[in-house]
Amino acid sequence: MSTDSKEHPLSGKPVAVLTQVEKTYHLDSVSVPVIKGVNILVRHACFTVLLGPSGSGKTTLLNMIGCIDKPDKGEILVADRNVGEMSDDALSDFRAQNIGFIFQNFNLLPVLSAYENIEYPLLLAGVSAKTRGERVPKLLEAVGLSDRAKNLPGQLSGGQRQRVAIARALARKPRLVIADEPTANLDSQTGNAILSLMRRMVQRYQISFIFSSHDPEVIRSADDTIFLKDGLIQGIKRNGQGDMQ
Amino acid sequence: MMTLNLAIRNLLRNRRRSLATLIAMAIGCSAILLFGGFSGNINYEMHTRIVKRGGHIQIQHRDFYLYGSGNPIAYGIADYGKIITAIAQDPVLQKMVLVITPTLQFGGIAGNYSAGVSRTVMGTGYVAADINRMREWNDFGLRSEAPPSALEGAPQDSAVVGLGVARVLQLCDPLKIENCPKPEIENKVNGKAIDDDISLLSLQETPIAKETAAASPQVELLVVSSRGAPNVTSVKIVNAEDQGIKELDEVSMAMHLAKIQQLVYGKSAPKVTSIVIQLRHSSQLKAAMERLAPILSSTSFNQQLALVDFKTLNPFYVQTVQMFDTIFGFVFVLIAAIVLFTVSNTMNTAVVERTVEIGTLRAIGLRHAGIRNLFVTEGALLGVSGALSGVVLAFFTAALVNAMNIPWIPPSTVGPVPLTILVAGETRMIVGTTIGIIVIAVASAWWPAYHAARLNVVEALRHV
Repeated sequence: MSTDSKEHPLSGKPVAVLTQVEKTYHLDSVSVPVIKGVNILVRHACFTVLLGPSGSGKTTLLNMIGCIDKPDKGEILVADRNVGEMSDDALSDFRAQNIGFIFQNFNLLPVLSAYENIEYPLLLAGVSAKTRGERVPKLLEAVGLSDRAKNLPGQLSGGQRQRVAIARALARKPRLVIADEPTANLDSQTGNAILSLMRRMVQRYQISFIFSSHDPEVIRSADDTIFLKDGLIQGIKRNGQGDMQ
Repeated sequence: MMTLNLAIRNLLRNRRRSLATLIAMAIGCSAILLFGGFSGNINYEMHTRIVKRGGHIQIQHRDFYLYGSGNPIAYGIADYGKIITAIAQDPVLQKMVLVITPTLQFGGIAGNYSAGVSRTVMGTGYVAADINRMREWNDFGLRSEAPPSALEGAPQDSAVVGLGVARVLQLCDPLKIENCPKPEIENKVNGKAIDDDISLLSLQETPIAKETAAASPQVELLVVSSRGAPNVTSVKIVNAEDQGIKELDEVSMAMHLAKIQQLVYGKSAPKVTSIVIQLRHSSQLKAAMERLAPILSSTSFNQQLALVDFKTLNPFYVQTVQMFDTIFGFVFVLIAAIVLFTVSNTMNTAVVERTVEIGTLRAIGLRHAGIRNLFVTEGALLGVSGALSGVVLAFFTAALVNAMNIPWIPPSTVGPVPLTILVAGETRMIVGTTIGIIVIAVASAWWPAYHAARLNVVEALRHV
């Protein structure tokens, strides 16, 4: 795993910086402000949790950090790039290169096996067959699914699917992994296992994780916790540092 | 390769829907090919019949085609033997020409005086051996055959008439023609009153002894010589041939060329109205015409001669082919519309079902074009597999129909021929239809694919 643990050139710097970010949804004639001038800094190799009630803007914020949505106002820097200025294709390439996604419903491609799902982002990036052949088995091993490589998602349990999703998110060695309530569809035991796996991945690959959750277990294991309510940051807690805001 | 792999798996994922789409396309494709094979066969049948009868090219007087039917003798070609020799000796044409033979068209009146009937005829004098060689032409390997002319080997005063001529001249019995009802007028012969009409009066004459008529019926033929004098001769009718078209059947008569030349030109130098050239293959027509033009101009002996191809001589053939081509195009458009909506519906459903998947793929870095290519590839795969299945289905269906030997009578055909659907070997039609179906399938998938590619990632991921 020496290649996997090699430090990223930007390591140490914040992975994402959000400055005065605002986002409003327009539903028919009604405008709903969801994010109202948010400033966030996502630290390198940290486990960051967005915490807040439903409708507080957690998913919207994650979508913008994950570069699949754009703010109406403000600036978002991810891996030192202003993502607001990028074209759609450039954003696609940027996401493929720098961001991994873990979804609440796993969102694995149902026609691909566990191995192929993990391999897919590498194929998208044109990674050589040799490299893919080395990296995918290691990721499968890291998430404890070496014996399930050939199984289709439909043949895996919820926890196993989420582990495949984690491996897929890590395949391209991204700077940041976005996880929207990754344990919400899992039982508590499996959810805890997934959490501890993600924690191990943070340590092992020096990747930043940011995810939304209501789960107290998640909050306990976080390095940074961002409290969000009505589109505003209510406070940021860094482990061992107390409330920062 | 990744896109293709994913597209194949996505199609296999919903087997029932993919199969239904594929079957619809295969049936559509095979329907186009079967109709094309059927109309193609009609085209070949007509083409072959025309070429067997009148060759590919005819050398005629410049005005014969438009005015010759009024007085064919006035448009005779002198020194035709030299023209035929010049063509036959040309090294290039030797390889192309199968038969070159002179024919003389004439008009006259044929009468069966024993029956008291007569009628006008449009006849052709030909070299029977050449005509029989022409009738063996079968460039397309058709199953139907033209019977040889009975004139070959028959005495010089023999003639072959159309079935209609035989019927009108009341030659059905001696020529043993079936389905030839006698006219009602014959039954009125025994009336007591003497008719005023000359033809009816003649019916009251004592019939010729049956043993004389039974051998080979004889008719009197009146033709006008090249100098305008009437010339009458007796000809023995050795056979009646169905010409396929009633109007032609009721005027057609064929005689030995030498005999009719003797009647028309007497002791003058004989002429012909056409020099018929049959090529080995119809595809040689253009080259043969180009080669013939200078030869003709150098050997025409100041005559205004023209080269006329078989399509010009037979406008009905061209019209029939055009009609079938138009129907084929119409059928293709109809089936293309069905294929278009079927594939489009399948792809639209796939896009809706896989909206979250599209969002996921976009989130993990697949570009717009990647999504579009994925769905277009699925459409193309459906098109390729549907079209190929259709070709296979058409091959089997055509083979089955051809093996059943179902008799039918195509337009302007003499007798029943086995129903034939020509699919095998029709490479141009098969390739054209296959490509057409694939292009339609791709075009059908384009809009759903474009729509899928433009989906907002966040909204796609939220889709339930």
